[in-house]
This record gives sequence, C-alpha cells and structure tokens, in this order.
Amino acid sequence: MRNRKRDVSDAPTASPARRRDWRAYFARTWFIYLIFLIVLIWYGIFRYAPMYGVQIAFRRYTPSAGIWNSRWVGLKNFERFFTSAYFTRVFRNTIVMNLLNLIFAFPAPIVFALMLNEIRHSAVKRSIQTISYLPHFISMVVLTGIMHDFLNDTGTITTLLNRVFGLPRKVWLNDVNAYRTIYILSDIWKDLGWSAIIYLAALSNVDTDLYDAAEIDGCGSIRKIIYVTLPGIAPTIIILLILRIGSMLSLGVEKTLLLYNPNTWEVSDIISSFVYRRGFGIDGRADYSFSTAVDLFNAVVNLCLLTLANIVARRFSETSLW
Amino acid sequence: MLSRSWRRSPGDVVLKAVIAVVMLVIVIVTLYPFWYIFVASFSDPREVVRTSGIMIWFKGFDLYAYREVLNYRLIWIAYRNTLVYLFFGLIVNMTMTVLAAYAFSRKNVIGSGVMMKLVVFTMFFSGGMIPNYIIVDSLGLTNTMWSQFVPYAINTYNLIILRTAFQAIPDSIEEAAIIDGASPAQLMVRIVLPLALPSIMVIGLYYTEEIWNSYFRGLLYLRSDQKYSLQMVLRMILDTSHTGQSDQAFVNTNIDRTVKYASIIVSTLPVLMVYPFIQRYFVQGVMIGSIKG
Repeated sequence: MRNRKRDVSDAPTASPARRRDWRAYFARTWFIYLIFLIVLIWYGIFRYAPMYGVQIAFRRYTPSAGIWNSRWVGLKNFERFFTSAYFTRVFRNTIVMNLLNLIFAFPAPIVFALMLNEIRHSAVKRSIQTISYLPHFISMVVLTGIMHDFLNDTGTITTLLNRVFGLPRKVWLNDVNAYRTIYILSDIWKDLGWSAIIYLAALSNVDTDLYDAAEIDGCGSIRKIIYVTLPGIAPTIIILLILRIGSMLSLGVEKTLLLYNPNTWEVSDIISSFVYRRGFGIDGRADYSFSTAVDLFNAVVNLCLLTLANIVARRFSETSLW
Repeated sequence: MLSRSWRRSPGDVVLKAVIAVVMLVIVIVTLYPFWYIFVASFSDPREVVRTSGIMIWFKGFDLYAYREVLNYRLIWIAYRNTLVYLFFGLIVNMTMTVLAAYAFSRKNVIGSGVMMKLVVFTMFFSGGMIPNYIIVDSLGLTNTMWSQFVPYAINTYNLIILRTAFQAIPDSIEEAAIIDGASPAQLMVRIVLPLALPSIMVIGLYYTEEIWNSYFRGLLYLRSDQKYSLQMVLRMILDTSHTGQSDQAFVNTNIDRTVKYASIIVSTLPVLMVYPFIQRYFVQGVMIGSIKG
C-alpha cells in the first residue's frame, strides 16, 4: 500500500508548487481535487457514516428517535449478547468454521498449484486450469441450490455415498454432523482453481536456475518442491494468509444464509448470520441495536486478528501488509 | 534426455502418478455437476427421479422444464431487472472507480496519501450490516434500483488494482502530453485511460460478475418481487426444499427438479457462454492485483 515518493522534478509542472506558486499547482491538480471531493462524499456517506452509526450499539435505537437521539444504554447490548446462550454458539461456530477453512481450504489451492506446476505438458496444464476456474463464476445461489439438490435424499452425492459406502439416504444438509464437512468441501470446490492462480503466478517467477542447481545436487521432484518451490512462493502465501485471517469473521454470511436451516443452527449459525436474523427480525423482533453490538464485536475481533497476524508475519518474515 | 529419465527416482514416478490421478478426479468433480444439470434439464422428469442424481446422457428428451421456466413471468421480470441494474450499475461503478483510481495514481498531489489511508481503512473496518442499512434506508434508497449499485459504487480492491495499472504507465508519455498542452482532464481521457484499457475492461468484468451474481444486496434492500434481481427469483425457485411428505407430493417435487435445473441453466448460461472467451482477462486481473502484494 505504500506510495513511492518520486523526486518533484519528475513532473515538470510540479516545481512551481515548491516555489509556493499555488496557482500553477491548482491549475494542474484542480481536476484531481474535484475527483477527491466526489470520492470523499461517497466514502463519507456509504462507508464512514455507517461507522458513525455504530454508536447505536450503545443505545436503544428507535427509528423515530434516530441514531443521535436514541437513549444511551452503555454496554447493555454487549452484556446481553455475552450472557445469552447464543454467544457461545455463534462465536464457537464462527471460530471453528474459520479454523477449518484455514486448515483445509487455505492450503488446498497451494497444493493444487504445486501439482499443476509439476505437469510439463502445457496444453494439458492449461486445460485443467481453465476447467478449474469454472465453479468460481457461478453464483452463491446456484452453488447452494446445487448443493441442496445433490445432498437431498435422492440427490447425486447422496446416491453415490449410498452406493459406494452404503450410507443412508437422507437430507445431508439437515445433519448436524455433516454440515461443516459439506461447507468446507464446497468452499474448496468453488475456489480451488481460482485461488490457485495467484500461486501459479508466483511459481512462474521462481528462478529456474535454482531448480537446475537442486537437480545437480541430486534433489528429486519432492525435495525440489520443499527446498526451492515453497520458499519461492512463501511471501505470497504469507500475504494471503494475513488477508485471510484479517477477513476471518466476516466471510460466508451469504453462503451460510443460503445453506443453513434451523435443524443445523447448532453448528451452522455464525456471528454474521445471527446479526442478519436479529437485525432484520427474521426470527422474532428486529433489534437494530443488539445486532449492531454483535456486529461491532465481530469487527473489532477481526481488526485485532488482522493486526496480530501482521505483527507475527513481520516478526518472523520479511513480508507484511504494513 | 536418456540420462535425465534414467536419473528419475521411483519417488518421481509415484509423484507423477499421484498427480495424474488427483487431476483426473478434480476435473471430473468440477465438470460433472454442470454436465448433470445440463443433461437432466432436458431429460424426462420421471427418468430424473428414477436415476436419482446419476446421469451421464440425456434420458428421453423433454422440454417440459424449459416450458415451465418460459411461462414463469417472475423470472423474466427478474432477468430484465438484473439487466437494468447491470447497465446502470456498470456506469456508476466504472465512472466512480476509474475516476478515483486515476486521482490516486497521480503523483505530487498534496493530501493524496491521507485520502488513500481513509479509503484503505474501509477495507479492514466497516460499520456493519445494520448501520449500513440505516444509512441506505434514510437516503430513501430501499426498494429502489439505486440500492443495488449506489452503495456498492466503489469496490476498494478494484480501486487499488486500477490504481496500480494507472501507475504503471510510463511518466514520459504523460509528460509529453502535458508539454503538448493537454489539460488534466484531457490527459486522463486521451492518454491514461486508453493505455490502461485492458485493466479497465478487467475491472468491468469483475463488476459485471458481482452484479449478475449478487443476492445479498437484494435480500437487504429490495422488498417487492417486481424489483427482485435474477438471483433472488432463482433462490425462490431453488429453495422449495421439501422434506418428508406424501408420495404424490414427493413425485411432484422431483418433477420440479428439472424445472430447477432449467432455471439454473437459463440464469447461468450467459455466464457460461462468455466464460471461455473472457476467463483469461479475469486471470489478468488477479495478476495485476498480485503485483501490488
């Protein structure tokens, strides 16, 4: 995110600015400031005004009183959340689902990219890659629609599991024990190829001389991967890992809302889906303030995780976000 | 060549075999759902029930499902809505994002750094679902088409990708234009935008995909089904998940299955048709983004 500072002499018209000739400076930049004004207004309304609105988490929001005039209740909404039975459920589910994603779905594209990289036949490699992007482009509604159908009691996956492993025919998405596996596997299915792109790009930048040197030293394919390839793409992995951890608690609300049902809430309900249900009163009275408090807790934990991940990355490697 | 293959250890051979098998499995698992839905949507609904999800080829060609979809008014209203949202959305998205990216790509502009920090901060912290909703609602955008793209006008990731692309244009070209007397606006329209056109197209594709596939923003802001986006109506069709009912209802549900498949095909076909031609531009976008790191 850092901007390289160029010498002022780079742009010939910039030097008047140094001579405090503001008129020349604004002749050059008025257009930029006009754009900044528009950008500022948009971000102000649609990004910063909601941040200002976060204060309803500390109030008892009523639409008639509005954000500013609703009664101040301090931390009461947070207290209600932390003491409710939902807190452990949604917090645990959010953490577990994200950890599972981190353990299984995060490395999967790396492994896939490494494997693709071993294929020397470039037409085959390209075809596999093109096919692997395909699921990324279908919408979440279609993905979950297909899942509901395939995991139905007469669905494709159910039938396969029944014929091959003799598992019972049932609606798998109602099964508390299967939900998490289904969720993670479908994550992998959708984005395996797409997420691999960035690693493949990094792989193509690894110095080929290193492979030759390793081969002379008698390394086989596997040792070459361990000693040359992996260190070569480590910075990419670390950056993506930080970003992934930073967005940990905010992922998957759309998918969860489309996939879960009350039968599986015990394992499927995450913070953001809970925020949605409570906020819009899907299961009871809409409670803006309570919902916002839960969401704010989520956002703060998120920001802490991101900062923490960044600090750790900076400590142990040369790569970090800032 | 001979010496190379001679030196291959047994480990290498096993590795090659493992990779071949894994790749084959990945290709089948990726393609089968698409193929199945395609052939099943054209098949005899009763056959689809009988084969319970396993189908390699058409079984009894039947256009029943497509007739049903064709006669379902709401899906066509939604189709039109999504096209309208896409048209206006793209104009808003592209204008805002290109302008912002251009402004942030300029050097020696006082205050630019602070502005960028303000923008980047929104990637890591947001007011959250409800405050966002309150703001959009208080602007009177709820249940209007504006709610579908004005609050989403700038995607900060896309903004950064485009800014990187603009920054990559050699200074010398821009300097030459300035010496020739180009105004700041002319510099942007005549020089920078044409040179960065491929990246701009990529961002356009990103937004197109985002709007076409969007569901949650409709769920949040649209109230009347006459304004529903394609994905919302699709969800209504796909969501009729029935469990445990009488035999007759069971059969009906399963006949409806082909209708579901047909509606998936109808709504996804445009994406799948253009996919082979545009996928490499999407890949380009990921690359531009990755340079930034």
